[in-house]
Parts: sequence; C-alpha cells; structure tokens
Amino acid sequence: MKIVMIDYGVGNLRSVHKALASVGAEVVQSDDPETILAGEKVVLPGVGAFKDGMRGLQARHLIDVLDIIAARRTPLLGICLGMQLFFSSSSEMGETKGLGFVGGKVLPFPENELKVPQTGWNQLQIDPSQPLFNGMQDKSHVYFNHGYYCEPADPSDAIARTDYGVAFAASIHRGSIYGVQFHPEKSQDVGLQILKNFVEECL
Amino acid sequence: MLAKRIIPCLDIKDGRVVKGVNFINLRDAGDPVEQAKIYNDAGADELVFLDISASVEGRETMAKVVTAVADHVFMPLTVGGGIRTVEDMRRLLAAGADKISINTAAVDNPSLITGGAKRFGSQCIIIAVDARRNGAGGWEVLTYGGRKTTGLDAVAWIRKAVEMGAGEVLLTSMDADGTLSGYDLELTALAAEGVNVPIIASGGAGCVQDFADVLTLGKADAALAASLFHDNQLSIPDLKSYLAAHNIPVRIT
Repeated sequence: MKIVMIDYGVGNLRSVHKALASVGAEVVQSDDPETILAGEKVVLPGVGAFKDGMRGLQARHLIDVLDIIAARRTPLLGICLGMQLFFSSSSEMGETKGLGFVGGKVLPFPENELKVPQTGWNQLQIDPSQPLFNGMQDKSHVYFNHGYYCEPADPSDAIARTDYGVAFAASIHRGSIYGVQFHPEKSQDVGLQILKNFVEECL
Repeated sequence: MLAKRIIPCLDIKDGRVVKGVNFINLRDAGDPVEQAKIYNDAGADELVFLDISASVEGRETMAKVVTAVADHVFMPLTVGGGIRTVEDMRRLLAAGADKISINTAAVDNPSLITGGAKRFGSQCIIIAVDARRNGAGGWEVLTYGGRKTTGLDAVAWIRKAVEMGAGEVLLTSMDADGTLSGYDLELTALAAEGVNVPIIASGGAGCVQDFADVLTLGKADAALAASLFHDNQLSIPDLKSYLAAHNIPVRIT
C-alpha cells in the first residue's frame, strides 16, 4: 500500500512516517500535487496553529489537491492539526476557514480547572464497528497534545469520544475522510494498531 | 480520564546513557535505544533525555541519539540540556523530539520561550526549573545545573515562563534531588496552583508512596525519576499497579 504524507511545513513528519512504515506501508512525503494525487491513501499530519496549517497548504497550492482527493474518495487520514483542518472553521486566533470536508467547528477547551493544552494519555470510547478500531479495546489510552478540539455538526461523524471537561470528538469518519485528534505515532501499540487499520482496512 | 504520567529521565553524555549523582562519578549505563525500548515495553508514558555533554561534538551526537530512539519507540520524547536557540530547538524537533525542555537559556534570555512557542507551538516548549528552598519560606531558581543562583522566585518565574508561552513545567527540587525521601510536595503544589499548564514533578522519588503523594497532595500531572528506574529499584508496572490501587488514574498497558 502506497501512502503519501503531505508535507506542508507544519511540524516534523518523521515519527508518523516511521510509524506507518513499521506497520508495513510504503510511505512517501511530498508537497508535489502529482505525487500526492498518485497516492493510494493520503495522510495529512501536522502540529501547531490552525491558521499556519491553512497558510501552509495554501502556499503550496494544496487546497485544490485535497479537494480532488476528497472528491475522488481516496482514503484520507488527518492527524491532530490535520484532522482539525478538515472542519469548516476554527476559532483559534480569530475565525479561520478550514477545508470543510466535515461540517463543524474547532473550539478552545472551556476555561475551568482543567489544564490546557491537554497533554498526556486519555481514554477513547470507540465505536467498535469502525474499521479504524479493528482489534482495539474500548477505553484504550492514546496520547493527546492539543489546546483545541473538534465538534462535528453531525454528531455521528464522531467515531470515538474522549472526556476532557467536554466529551469531544477524538476521532472522526465521514465517507473517505478519517481523523484522529491524538497522536497514533506516539501511542505505542494502540497507535500502531490504528495506523495499521488505516493502511489495511479503511476504504 | 486523563492519566497521570510516569516519566523516566535518561542522562545522555556523548551519545551514551550515564548514571551518577549530581553529575559526579558518572558511569556508563548503556545504549539509549536499548534503554528506551525497555522503558517503552515497561509502559513508561513518556521519556525525557537530558543531554549533559559539555562539548559541541556531544551536542551533535544528541540529535543522532534522538533520531535513533524515535525510529524505534513510538512514544512522546522530550529533549533538554544545552538548548540555547530556536535553531537548536528546530534541529532536535526535526531529529524526532516531540517537546523541548529549556532551563538556563530561558532564564538568561526569556524571549527564547516566546520564540520557541511562536515557531513550534506552546505544546512543544517545556520550561525546566531547578528550585531550592531559600530559607525564607520560598524557593529560588538555580541555573547551570544548580551551580548558579539567580535571585528569582521559583513560582513567580514559572508563572512568567507560562505567560511567555511555555506549555508545560518540569520542576526539580534541588533539596529533594538524590535524597530518595520524596518529592517537595509543597513546592509542586504551589506551582500547580499558580499556572494552568501541566506540572512534571522531579527530584526525590524513593518509593511508590512518593509518587502517589506528589500526584495527589503535590497536584502534579506527571512524576519523573531517573536512578530509581535505571537501577531497577522500582519497576514501572509495579508502580502503576500501586497507583491504580490507590485510585490514581494511570495507563495500564
């Protein structure tokens, strides 16, 4: 399975690359539209601010490329910021428009006694029928590091939820679009299982 | 529920794991990749690598160590020690680190915190603080591995560092460090109440009870230890079972 990781200048892609390779994928990193469009599956990683992410895609003329990938129904996995960019908009540093593949918003955690960013291992309440979670147990811990969370307009787009003051969408699935708010590449065996499932099971 | 984290710290000198008290009587304790794999399998939640190399060559070796480890274990990695510029941060993040810990350089030049946070995000920037009781009911920040006094109040400095963009605090009690008699609960709780970012407590762990205390009374989000884990005085699975039995949320693997 040939997986293309989109390199748009936000964060280090090395760990995601190594993790995908370790579950048997043939991985290339690219910002070249033709290479990206030739991928059997595509991964949009990323850490950092929403605005920087959209700017990074725009500067490389990759927004149209992602639109084509979504229209062709090529399986697309967003990780952390990558998943957030799939949404309609984010309120991080002022309202910013996203890719709009999934209706809904990216919101800051409410101000309360909980620490922000959420840093560390939290549990997933999964929809076990989802191919992304094949072979996984409910309540598995995965590693999060984020200050904003996604709220899909259609609640059924959320296929796993995690409780951190709010029960937010830790993972989404809509058509050929998949997203994880956590870092599977940093979540030891559970994370590798999820990546393996994306590579082998998700259509 | 968000789990409390257990974090082994590995001191690295010229590409090797070393052990010793207060950087004295260092002895070789093995290959970083092998050590990291052992901790990964034991269920450590995160790893901290502290570069104590003095030389430029040692610093360059550190980036290679990070890459070798990141290629073999899939867990969060923090690197600290000798990081003085945003470019140093970039180099180590590109090598495979997830978070960067800065200590002396941040005191000497606080704008480094903002520079790193703007470029890589606050979630990447850990402010490491070495604090010692000042005899007047407070704690003073020490730099250069505890050799230099700064006159800074530790809790005030932590607040400032967080305001400037640090996303996490690694707080070491120099009084407790190496004593095996428990974390400085008072200091840790004061810091945890003062800021809205996670606190990693460090210095003084000697037994399972010390971890339970700092994660409850000390209000820490994570507890770090070094020699206790390296010398196999305490196994991480045993520690986590103890914490779980005492209703402290931990990740059991």
